[in-house]
Amino acid sequence: MSAALAIVALATLGSAAAAMLGRSLLRSIFMLAVSWAGVAAFYMWAGAQFVAFAQVLIYLGAISMVALFAVLLTRQSRDEAPPPPAALRRAILAVVAAAGVAAVLLWAVAHSPLAVSGSLAPATSVRQLGFDLMGRHAAALLVVGVLLTIALLGAVVLAADGAQERPGDEP
Amino acid sequence: MSAGPTDAHLLERAPFLLRDWLTHALPEPLRWFANTLIAIAAILAIFGTLFALLTLVERKVLGRVQNRPGPNRTGWFGILQPVADGIKMLTKEDIVPRAADPLLHFLAPVALLGFSVLTFAVIPYGRDLVAVRLDAGVLYFFAAGSATELSIFMAGWSSNNKYALVAAMRALAQLISYELPLLLSAVPVVLAAGTLSAPDIVESQGGFTWGFVPHWHVFTPWGAAAFLVFFISALSESNRSPFDLPEAESELIAGHLTEYSGFKYALFFMAEYFGMCSLCGMAVTLFLGGWQAPLAALEFIPSYAWFALKLCALLLVFIWIRATLPRLRMDQLTRFAWKFLVPLALVNLAASAFWSLSFGWAGPMQALRWAIGIALAVGPFVLLGRRLGAGIGPRTYRYA
Repeated sequence: MSAALAIVALATLGSAAAAMLGRSLLRSIFMLAVSWAGVAAFYMWAGAQFVAFAQVLIYLGAISMVALFAVLLTRQSRDEAPPPPAALRRAILAVVAAAGVAAVLLWAVAHSPLAVSGSLAPATSVRQLGFDLMGRHAAALLVVGVLLTIALLGAVVLAADGAQERPGDEP
Repeated sequence: MSAGPTDAHLLERAPFLLRDWLTHALPEPLRWFANTLIAIAAILAIFGTLFALLTLVERKVLGRVQNRPGPNRTGWFGILQPVADGIKMLTKEDIVPRAADPLLHFLAPVALLGFSVLTFAVIPYGRDLVAVRLDAGVLYFFAAGSATELSIFMAGWSSNNKYALVAAMRALAQLISYELPLLLSAVPVVLAAGTLSAPDIVESQGGFTWGFVPHWHVFTPWGAAAFLVFFISALSESNRSPFDLPEAESELIAGHLTEYSGFKYALFFMAEYFGMCSLCGMAVTLFLGGWQAPLAALEFIPSYAWFALKLCALLLVFIWIRATLPRLRMDQLTRFAWKFLVPLALVNLAASAFWSLSFGWAGPMQALRWAIGIALAVGPFVLLGRRLGAGIGPRTYRYA
């Protein structure tokens, strides 16, 4: 079991490091996708199937697409090299920003009451997860659901009220 | 995989008997492993053969529709055509452009095929005949399916060809647009069945009203609407005509496949047909009662035969649509998804919720339930359809 965890961890962290260190932005995105898949594999290892599938569906299916489109639609040319990290000031700023984020995350993790159960695989069925979401966390679920529905409706409205075809557009 | 039904007759148990006969000599821990391997091998063999046959059937049916014989030189009725195609693809030179990213160029077809094959794991092919029983099987199916988009982009980008890249972005836009109605049209089924597990969804469609109307989801107003949305989205997700813009052979230069040749090209096609088969299998599972027989009297025919029959029928409809409908333009394609299918699927959620809430209505209320259900399904369809076509009118082409 721990050997599988080690492999998953190595793949996740290794691809994340490769994404961070790589010079090609698009390759970095692919490495990031591998890293997200690794996180999904970790969820599988931990017995949280539902979360693992959701992770693949959302991160590999949607968020990687957003990242890809963001890169492709904003850069000027294919061979455009990213600026070299020559400037000391930029390097220091980058380290400070990264350390700040890491500190906030570590503080949050350290101060969260994590219920550690004795059993190795907490077998939470999807049914149980559903009851929990609709019971104890119904308010949070409703808020998220309303938010997502509004976003979706907004997309539909944007599409519906978008510029009508102009006569000049005819091929 | 379970031990299979014990009270069913011989044909129904045949796959399990065959498997147990093959593995009964092995010790217990190894037997589980061997059973899993056999399940994987069976799925790959059956769908691999189906892929080969499907390429031939597609060409024969297209030929029939277009009043020509189709392939008829290789063997009896062209039956050896897939073999000839396979040999051709295997022996063709595998060209990798010098400026391409060799690793990603190689990985793209492999990843695409891998994710396509993964989707087969959760489809129930018959009573208890499912490779992996997952609580969240339907979610797994869509997760594996959505990961294929990344491979298509990988193919387009790693080719280092501007046509391939632009085509890959268009393909992504299409796949993302249709992913949404595909998922949204599956949600009502989950709502009605109360489970995300594919075998349980099939079980929930068992039984008959008045002894001859099966309880398949497609025979409810919301189910029919959701099936329609699912089917159209499935056509688009598997790059099938009329949504085959990602590789429009005659208009674009094969899109993201421009720089692929030989066996890698064949792998893309294999993945496309696998995706088509698995989406059809999911449509059968979600809406057409899975392996359930359409009549109680016909239940002596084994469940997997019913599944195969429904699957083949849906695949033939796919081919029929390809022969009938012309290809859409890119703007028509995205407009159709966002202005028609997504709102329809959203409204259909409400229709499905109404249907679940009015479960207890009886007598004359039953007629009212059907009336409201049909109104909720057909009304938005008509209104949105009118709106979709409004203002576009007959087109005039100056250069054509």
